[in-house]
Amino acid sequence: MSWSTMPVSRRGLVDTAINGEGCTDQVILNQWYPLAAIVELRPGISYQTVLLEVEVGFGVTLNGELIAWRLDCVVIPAGNPLPAENFTDKLLVQSAYGYLWTSLSAEPKELFSIPETNEPDRRSINVATIGIATSAPRAVENFLDMGHFPFVHAGVLGAEPHTEVFDYNVEIKDGEIIATGCKFPQPQAAPSSVGAIVTDYIYRVPHPYCVLLYKSGGFDESRLDVIGLFIQPISQERIRASMFYSCVDNISSDTALRRFQLGIFSQDKPILENQVPKRLPLSTTAETPIRADKSSITYRRWLSDLGVTYGVISAN
Amino acid sequence: MIKLYDFELSVNCYKCRLLMSILNVDYEIVPVDFYPGFKHKSDEFKKINPLNHIPVLDDGGYVIRDAHAILVYLATKYDSTKRWYPIENPELLGETASWMLFAEGTTNTASAARLNVNLGYDFDLEKVQEGAHKLFRFFDEHMWFRNRSGGKWVCDSEHPTIADIALFPDVVLAEEGGISLIDYPALRLWAERMKRLPGFIVMGGIFPASADRIN
Repeated sequence: MSWSTMPVSRRGLVDTAINGEGCTDQVILNQWYPLAAIVELRPGISYQTVLLEVEVGFGVTLNGELIAWRLDCVVIPAGNPLPAENFTDKLLVQSAYGYLWTSLSAEPKELFSIPETNEPDRRSINVATIGIATSAPRAVENFLDMGHFPFVHAGVLGAEPHTEVFDYNVEIKDGEIIATGCKFPQPQAAPSSVGAIVTDYIYRVPHPYCVLLYKSGGFDESRLDVIGLFIQPISQERIRASMFYSCVDNISSDTALRRFQLGIFSQDKPILENQVPKRLPLSTTAETPIRADKSSITYRRWLSDLGVTYGVISAN
Repeated sequence: MIKLYDFELSVNCYKCRLLMSILNVDYEIVPVDFYPGFKHKSDEFKKINPLNHIPVLDDGGYVIRDAHAILVYLATKYDSTKRWYPIENPELLGETASWMLFAEGTTNTASAARLNVNLGYDFDLEKVQEGAHKLFRFFDEHMWFRNRSGGKWVCDSEHPTIADIALFPDVVLAEEGGISLIDYPALRLWAERMKRLPGFIVMGGIFPASADRIN
């Protein structure tokens, strides 16, 4: 791989993203956030970004160590070599699901697990990391929604006239939202699917700004594909979303898998960016829900109960 | 069959797909992992295009790079009516060429802003946004006068040209780069008209035309 055009800069992010208010929600500050797919980082080179309106430097050292730090503590221009020596004021980092995760907290909440990724014959890739002009909760909510499939992803994840969202179950279990029993008729559920099928879905929201779905229709009928949306909140109304894809498919190339998922992602993006207000209203009367929105209603209530005010419009 | 080395979210690749769809030309896509794989920068891809960019078109062994050059080639070869690239009308051809060059400017500003905002490419966002607004103001005024004299397309012709194709995605996807189209009503009207061309196709971020007819 050549690195010459690798994005290393937070140029464009800082002026537009930082409005000086910052995030004060402990529940949000205490989470882990993905900054980049590790394989996409050039070892030894510093990168810059913005997390919750805080400028952050990060990278992988030549020894393969992941590091992240607050740029107001240590300034290393983007694209410059990372220092060989460890420096102080580092942020906590970890490698999970192929991404470099960091937290602004010294004692973050443990990152959720995805046990399926331990299966040896599964492939996990970062589909892409894309900037989106919306709040993290709007993006999570869009990911949870099945009602838009036949309209926004016509011919792929749905098709008219099969627009009904059948009833499904939502519960909060072990501190995360689980929606089960979701079914949707899909013309092309996965890159490897041949013909239309009724796809089974399970959704998980294990983190205020991360959401996972498990779906059938992949290469192996007995196991579910896992698709995740892991969000780096830049500010309240601006995010970088990484789409994670883990599947049992030993035929499709990474390029083919990415093209399929990125095509879907790109159809959602303009819808999300045109939703007004950009912050998710938590009041149950702010936006009229229908039966299909059960998971969204649960998500909004869950954010309220967690005390999240960042990226939302609080109920009271 | 024609092969197009393509990335779904590239405006330049879309320009080629759009014209081939309109001209009803069969082609197959060779997907290139432009992002996040940066495969167009690989040594392997260098054999296809030594300049390491997409799109590249391979028509039975004839290989041509650069979207606007590909549009010229496709229109000249596959549009027997000679309207998309009007080689028999020197004035109109000159006008088409001049707007194709203008489209290089919109690609380097509006679409660069989109690459910065969406994919984190290292462009000076404010500068490319300003550059795009400057070009859009000029273009919008031009289209306003075109509308007033009954013209529907970028060049002074009854039929659209490849200049319309070259400009269309830069304009219609500009909002992804934080460039609002609210002040460019003539561009929005023209973009809606483009969406009604027979053979029109969408890409991620571009919606089909609304149901009501416009003139």
